Amino acid sequence: MQNLILLDGKKFQITIQRLCHQLIENHDHFTNSVIIGIQPRGVFLAQRITEELRKVLPKANIQNGNLDITFFRDDFRRKEGLLLPSSTEIDFIIEGKKVILVDDVLWTGRTIRAALDAIQSFGRPEKVELLVLVDRRYSRHLPIEADYIGIKVDTFNSQKVIVSWKETDQEDKVTLLSER
Amino acid sequence: MAEQVQTLSTKHLLGIKDLTIRDIELIFETADTFKDVLNRPIKKVPSLRDITIANIFFENSTRTRLSFELAQKRLSADVVNFSASSSSVSKGETLIDTVNNILAMKVDMVVMRHPYAGAGVFLSKHINAQIINAGDGAHEHPTQALLDAFSIREKYGEVNGKKVAIIGDVLHSRVALSNILCLHKLGAEVMVCGPTTLIPKYIQTLGVKVEHDLLKALNWCDIANMLRIQLERQEIKYFPSLREYSMMYGLNKQILNSLNKEITVMHPGPINRGVEITSDVADSKQSIILDQVENGVAIRMAVLYLLANQRN
Repeated sequence: MQNLILLDGKKFQITIQRLCHQLIENHDHFTNSVIIGIQPRGVFLAQRITEELRKVLPKANIQNGNLDITFFRDDFRRKEGLLLPSSTEIDFIIEGKKVILVDDVLWTGRTIRAALDAIQSFGRPEKVELLVLVDRRYSRHLPIEADYIGIKVDTFNSQKVIVSWKETDQEDKVTLLSER
Repeated sequence: MAEQVQTLSTKHLLGIKDLTIRDIELIFETADTFKDVLNRPIKKVPSLRDITIANIFFENSTRTRLSFELAQKRLSADVVNFSASSSSVSKGETLIDTVNNILAMKVDMVVMRHPYAGAGVFLSKHINAQIINAGDGAHEHPTQALLDAFSIREKYGEVNGKKVAIIGDVLHSRVALSNILCLHKLGAEVMVCGPTTLIPKYIQTLGVKVEHDLLKALNWCDIANMLRIQLERQEIKYFPSLREYSMMYGLNKQILNSLNKEITVMHPGPINRGVEITSDVADSKQSIILDQVENGVAIRMAVLYLLANQRN
């Protein structure tokens, strides 16, 4: 395996901050907007984005939740093994809100398709947007694009993009793993 | 990716006997998330939308059948129902023929209740579909045991170390056997209590305590699981009268209040009010009977979901 670091350190921090400011441009004080991280890996980014936003907008009430999409996946029984569901924590009303879905990597778009389905169980949002840290371009299986993108990368299908977080992996970074 | 990939160790759910401790934990963890789903505004997920399930009941049932059917519908499965009383079974068709005919209509899973022990195991050997045992004679009723243990876990945080008394008609009860097996696997202590005639001989070999005095059993336990007197299975008289049974083994508020601790009361249903349990106990806050019913749907969703993934 050959590892290539795509993003880390100061640049990682700047990217997160840019995403936050782009969100503020569109959502002002988040009075009618909520942030929802997609389980399992999107929740770290959603958490980080929320924390940063709270620093920039100390008076705003920014709501953050987690969404598990396991039961909405389209590959159930079509692949080996079983993904264990994670928890869904949405303690607020979604009906009529602007929902910002957050995930770490956008690749085939299938996870987002499932998330769009899953979010309907909680009500009808006014609008749904997508924020991702890494966009693996030209590899979509579905017509899905992100509204806010940290970095865009061109990858082969055999490669993997891993986002690590300070909270769980000691360091904030985005790595591209390739089979040699 | 830190995704956990896990599966059950079995393709059918025929009894608690075949499950490993890890299987039971996996079912509970999955049921936790389904319980969450059941509290959403829209209580349906699309996981089993390409699966057809036949509910075949050769014996009467309200709760179990309704619970299974709801679980299946919440998972978006297609469901067909069949009860023996209104079918060709009364015209002399054999079990295998009946089920094979249903399978010819492309059914993936069969949920079956049958008056004879081992019917599920027999079927699983002859039929190419997944079998879920919803009660076979006086043998096993695995989903009931799972939901009972799940309800205990929900109330106390864990099952390990708890003392559970199973009181009543143990002889005719499939709930009793499945409960004993399940609770033991999870590390609980089990006592059975009832008149000598309704306690099977050699039940001690399962590692349970036997007690014939209701008060002693209640003083020992944390949880009392009251079983129904199954008159429909009793071909001979096991006790002089229902009234006498109820005097000796019926749980009432007076006995409950005389204990020096607060115990939890469970009942697998259907309740015979005034026989094994009085109304004031069944409706008291110590009773978790309705929680058991609620948890039943989540447990059955978890079982169906996990088994569906085993198909190849």
